[in-house]
Amino acid sequence: MSDLTLKEAALKPDLLASGHRLCAGCGETIIARMILKAARGPTIATSATGCLEVSTSIYPYTAWMVPWIHSAFENAAATASGIEAAWRAMRRKQKGPLSRYETLDIIAFAGDGGTYDIGLQALSGALERGHDFTYVLLDNEAYMNTGIQRSGGTPFAAETTTSPSGKAVPGKKEWKKPIDEIVIAHEIPYAASINPAYPMDVLRKSRKALEADGPAFLHALVPCSRGWRFPPEKTIEVSRLAVQTCIFPLYECRFLEGRPHYELSSPSLAIAKKPESKKPVEEYLRIQGRFNHLFRPEMRVDLISSIQEWVDNRWEMLKEKSGV
Amino acid sequence: MTEDKPGWREMPEGAISYKCTLDYETGDWGVEYPEIDYERCSKCMLCHFYCPEGAVRVRSDGYTEIDRRYCKGCGICVEECPVKCMKMVRKV
Amino acid sequence: MYEDGEKGLIVTDERLMMGLNGDEAVAYAIKQVEPDVVAAYPITPQTIIVERFSEYVANGLVKTDFVSVESEHSALSSCIGAEAAGARAFTATAANGLALMWEMTFIASSLRLPIVMAVANRALSGPINIHNDHSDAMGARDSGWIQIWCENSQEVYDACIEAWRIGEHTNVQLPVMINLDGFTLSHTMENVFTLPDDVVKNFVRDRRFIKVKGHLGESELRLDPGTPITMGPFDLQDFYFEHKLQQVEAMRRALEAIPEVDAEYEALSGRGYRLIHPYMVDDAELVIVGLGSTMGTASYVVEKLREKGVKAGLVKIRVFRPFPKDELVKTLRSIPVVGVLDRAISFGAPNGPLCEEVKTAFYEEKDRPLIANFIHGLGGRDTSPSMIEGMFHRLMKIKSRGRVDQLIEYVGVRE
Repeated sequence: MSDLTLKEAALKPDLLASGHRLCAGCGETIIARMILKAARGPTIATSATGCLEVSTSIYPYTAWMVPWIHSAFENAAATASGIEAAWRAMRRKQKGPLSRYETLDIIAFAGDGGTYDIGLQALSGALERGHDFTYVLLDNEAYMNTGIQRSGGTPFAAETTTSPSGKAVPGKKEWKKPIDEIVIAHEIPYAASINPAYPMDVLRKSRKALEADGPAFLHALVPCSRGWRFPPEKTIEVSRLAVQTCIFPLYECRFLEGRPHYELSSPSLAIAKKPESKKPVEEYLRIQGRFNHLFRPEMRVDLISSIQEWVDNRWEMLKEKSGV
Repeated sequence: MTEDKPGWREMPEGAISYKCTLDYETGDWGVEYPEIDYERCSKCMLCHFYCPEGAVRVRSDGYTEIDRRYCKGCGICVEECPVKCMKMVRKV
Repeated sequence: MYEDGEKGLIVTDERLMMGLNGDEAVAYAIKQVEPDVVAAYPITPQTIIVERFSEYVANGLVKTDFVSVESEHSALSSCIGAEAAGARAFTATAANGLALMWEMTFIASSLRLPIVMAVANRALSGPINIHNDHSDAMGARDSGWIQIWCENSQEVYDACIEAWRIGEHTNVQLPVMINLDGFTLSHTMENVFTLPDDVVKNFVRDRRFIKVKGHLGESELRLDPGTPITMGPFDLQDFYFEHKLQQVEAMRRALEAIPEVDAEYEALSGRGYRLIHPYMVDDAELVIVGLGSTMGTASYVVEKLREKGVKAGLVKIRVFRPFPKDELVKTLRSIPVVGVLDRAISFGAPNGPLCEEVKTAFYEEKDRPLIANFIHGLGGRDTSPSMIEGMFHRLMKIKSRGRVDQLIEYVGVRE
């Protein structure tokens, strides 16, 4: 992998320009900016319908300094497949507008709705066909663009407008879909989890994803101040707590010699090596309004321990897979 | 912000965007913006990476500066500054 | 190579004649065009197209990137991505496949991407049926695609070559749908005069782009890292309507561009296509108007009736979108009775979709025929010569009575 230092990245002009209309403190833009800074050169981006898409392209304005297309909600991976096929065919024919680019960073951005739910089929198809592109899942854990409805990526017990906490049901009844395992089961060259609190980790993994020969998947946790109900200045703190509590560990997985190789990334590896530094998930839940009902009017110890158990199990499984 | 609204014959075909958001200043969204105490700044650049707006730019001398034309006043930079050299101030 | 025949110029070089069914005619023409990307999903009765084309790819006969997608929605989405990236992209589908694409058909045309798609027309469920009618394409008639309808494999072949030049015409820049009746055409082998590869390549040439002034300056309308543009923005109340007017204008210009391309193709192939194809209408009193393969049967019936002294004629509509209103009015203005054949139902509507358009075309005209509507052939129900003859007899009765009593007559259905 070619190295990209923090300093170099900082001096690169933003490919997602200022003046977009995402909410103050939005986690999506933070990480989208970082990923685009990792682009090697010629780049084409596509977005599924969602917050990032609508807020960066309100006509006649656009924030995209790279060629960019939005076509629909469920098809970011299919649109990217077409772009990649076009580039490949033009290279083969040595003819056509894209034939002169030896590398082309094709990046598809989609939210959790556009990935876990409505876009899963197109994603699976594109991964199976092996297109050389990077798929970025901007996971803010609900349909934020339409007003905070639950998705397959919404965590257990979280309150959304379609999984409200009521007298009978305490928020979402189902657990978060294990999307990384589903993606990794496609035996793609590279998959990684990323988080806006760790810029160097994001830059490094994004560059790896773009350099991978074939499909790469970046699962970005992007806290949403509006939907998760925390003050906008806490976006990074919430992101960091997700890693520190191991509800969203940082790792990468490369597919080599016929099997997946998991590797914990340094912030999570440090916790694995020093288990006492692992924070209880309660700390992560408590600062988010979407989990208020776990603490008020009375403490739902039962639910919080279920969540802790889920986190611990998954963390243990990941450590095992990573050989730690 | 007032827009020019051309007729359909004047607009680019294919609904191609014809203005950059750099011309759409979102700096009036917030009531506060950050100020940097350069005496204490360690040039870590985290505020640059953490800014959702790209409104914290890195200068050639390595220090950062706030572009108030776009800052929405979220306060992440102030919250995250490791040397606490930034603070939010009321817009006048 | 060409000479005047009874029905106009026809190609006589036997070496260029091939036995092809409609689907194979599509695949062979697309092989000769050799687009950059073909993204398609198999569905009866379109499957032969993707099978044949896959063989061309497997044997290294084309450099096209064949993307065997996991659904029709992704097929058209991939074509959109590819065309947006400046490539030529082709897909093919039918019925439920087209329905699954429906969302993307509107997006392809609004992005002004001249994708070419063959539709082996099939009844749209339900209950599920795999045979021919026009409910699939009629469902997509308002999606902003140019629609060409074919009577036989020869027309299918020719349309698959002309379509690129029509859609990519710099005054047009719209996607083109080529309709061929499922099974009746898709699976029926006919003699097709083809063109040599280099003649096809020269005719379709390279894709032409229009220039647009984007946020970073002037660019061709395609995604290129050298001159970035934004496609498919969030288009709200203040601008969306204007973009729709641009599509209206592009469709209007297509009415001018299609004859231009047709003329060029005629000079090359000897086969001259028109927006509408009238047959024996000059002195006709009873004329049938319709789409697709049925018009072949109808021309046989017209000839038989002429032998009996009935002044029958027909008008085959080759281009349904944009609708060739002026040509149709000019041709049918002085005909006493017209029967419009619809192979689709618009449930609850006063007429079938084609008939409604024909009637609308005549609403402002002082001289207009009596217009009857025959809905026939749904779900692959055969439309036989005797049924069409029966329609002409109905038209005779209408002529003698001087009025149309029944808005729609369903032909070939059991009471």
